[in-house]
Amino acid sequence: MKKTDNMVWRFFASVRLALFTLLILATTSIIGTLIPQKNPPEFYVEAFGQRTAQFFQMLDVPNMYNSWWFLGLLLLFSINLIVCTIDRLPNVWHMVVMNNLDTDPERLEKMPQRKVFHVRGDVSALADIAAGLLTKSGWKPQRENKPVGTLLFSQKNAWSRLGVYAVHLSILIIFAGAIIGSLLGFKAGVMIPEGSATDTVYEAGTEKPIPLGFTVKCDDFNVSFYADGTTPKEFRSNLSVLDNGKTTIDKRAIIVNDPLDYKGITFYQASYEPMQGFNVVITNTATKVSQSFQIPFGQKISWVEGGIDFGVINQQVHSRRGDVSTLKVWFSDGKGDPSMFWMDNNATHTISNPTATYEFQASQVYATGLQVAKDPGVWTVYAGCILMLIGLYVAFFLSHRRVWVYIVREEAADRCQILVCGASSKNKLAFEKDFSALVECFTHDSTLQNA
Amino acid sequence: MNSSQLLGITTLAYLLSSMLYIAIFVFRAKKLGLAATLVTVAALLINTAGIGLRWQESYQAGIGYAPLSNMYESLVFFAWAIAVFYLGLEWKYKNRVLGAFSMPFACLSMAYASLSPEFGKEIRPLIPALQSNWLIAHVITCFVGYAAFAVASGMGLMYLIKDRKTSQAPGSLLASLPELKVIDDIIHKTLVFGFLWLSAGIITGAVWANSAWGTYWSWDPKETWSLITWFVYAATLHARFTRGWGGRRIAWLAVLGFLSVIFTYYGVNFLLSGLHSYGGS
Repeated sequence: MKKTDNMVWRFFASVRLALFTLLILATTSIIGTLIPQKNPPEFYVEAFGQRTAQFFQMLDVPNMYNSWWFLGLLLLFSINLIVCTIDRLPNVWHMVVMNNLDTDPERLEKMPQRKVFHVRGDVSALADIAAGLLTKSGWKPQRENKPVGTLLFSQKNAWSRLGVYAVHLSILIIFAGAIIGSLLGFKAGVMIPEGSATDTVYEAGTEKPIPLGFTVKCDDFNVSFYADGTTPKEFRSNLSVLDNGKTTIDKRAIIVNDPLDYKGITFYQASYEPMQGFNVVITNTATKVSQSFQIPFGQKISWVEGGIDFGVINQQVHSRRGDVSTLKVWFSDGKGDPSMFWMDNNATHTISNPTATYEFQASQVYATGLQVAKDPGVWTVYAGCILMLIGLYVAFFLSHRRVWVYIVREEAADRCQILVCGASSKNKLAFEKDFSALVECFTHDSTLQNA
Repeated sequence: MNSSQLLGITTLAYLLSSMLYIAIFVFRAKKLGLAATLVTVAALLINTAGIGLRWQESYQAGIGYAPLSNMYESLVFFAWAIAVFYLGLEWKYKNRVLGAFSMPFACLSMAYASLSPEFGKEIRPLIPALQSNWLIAHVITCFVGYAAFAVASGMGLMYLIKDRKTSQAPGSLLASLPELKVIDDIIHKTLVFGFLWLSAGIITGAVWANSAWGTYWSWDPKETWSLITWFVYAATLHARFTRGWGGRRIAWLAVLGFLSVIFTYYGVNFLLSGLHSYGGS
């Protein structure tokens, strides 16, 4: 393609602009790491004063990574990438597919790496020997007869010239994925107490209700702690999904780093809240009759069929949030004195009364805190990331290496000149070594007799 | 013998290794060459054993996690990665003067980890967000990149020192440094290597964040600073590839880039707040 001289095009295609954009992005990005983001307006007035805060609001500093000017910079960056690629790719593509046997002999003599031999023999016999030596050194040659001799050519990794454009493309793909996610997805959250269900979640930041189109139920939540008693070890929720009146997912366990995905909406275990109440199961061990309850703290509950009254009358908590470690239970089956006992949370206590034995199982009620995200762009982003890593590897570690061997009959008698030459798209030092090895091969071959 | 003791010995071994390499450079004591390399290899083995033992200890403590989870452990791994990277460089370029500008980074990292009262060395349980295999992938990729950038900045300093005096009598101190062209080439290759790993580090971090929180990018200060570092190195590589920058300018950029790495790694944890704040303890 003929290079255009259009000033605007040249500006957007320039590396100068790329350098400028990268450095401006780097420096402006610092602002948002120094000034806390996404706080309410009062925060900035308090921290920076009225006038500065006003100035910040004008420039969207409190949400700078979504501000018009930062997105504008990213847009400039993208345009630069696209124009630069359209500008350069045709030439590079030409380099990848070009027929190097057409290379002008005069250009061969100016290659960065070259070596000339003078040997006895005729062109076609020497070309056979040279082809053998090239193959032996790992350069499989093509061959073409020229008016005055024979040209051999071999290359490696011609396509590696495209690596850098794969990286540029990968950045655009990642941006595309991010745009898909922000247009078609959402980030939200919801708290669901054990035993409850919801069909609505609330958008992060705005608290706007978002209908899910199905119902999520928290069957059960558990938090376990390490031996130190304060560091949480695992948050685990059992979730069920009811869709169109059918239970489509039944008690699937989720933990942090292992979310539940349903119809493109993902539920992440994020937090929990201890509530003032207990799940209780009472079993009469003789009759095997069992009943479960969800009861509030400090209230007398009656199980009429079982003839039992009970309640939780005291509790000890072991965290600021109010996690109960032990609870005190009052229990009476109407025969003899009522019993009162301390038991661990999440445990079973056996009550032996004169006429019957009961198992009393109690655990605190929790609400599970879920982060809910829908991001249909995430796989596009991941595809971009993979392409970026492959592209970087190709662009940095593979080079397009080319060698030519040009054999020309000399005017006097039965002698030929052999020109061995080559060039590499990058990593010249390593190519120098490769090339020397090839030249060594030619120098030490006994069938090539010096003249 | 516990892991803290082994890692304490590692600090001393890296100190000895650094001093030997500096002696080779300053006194042109080539005879020390083999000793320096052997001490470094031994230090690396002790470092490896220390990390391995700490891993085992975490299982004995009933916690069981790869020791890559807090500031102390990451500094230990940083030193390990620098030593591995440097030994590779020495093997490739057959030049031990490079060690005088590389191994001190490993030594400083270990010394800071061992001596600073700021971070607890005890094995502490992992909070649920950190219980992920992506943590291991994320930390390893990031720190391999950081190690390369540390060495690149050392080579940058070496270049700037050598370039300060243009006329160098044969046999002088600076003449023992590799030729400017060679240093420039090492800087470039090291930056390119580091950039690939930094990119992988940012990507593994994003994948992890997405599996834990449902957001692969949230512009928290750590993420943003890693991106700033990425921009700095991306600009450096473009300046070199397409505008032919080299020599002093790239040497300075290698130093500047590493300052950005240090801020990403250290500054953000202690000066700013964000998702990575747990890394501070």
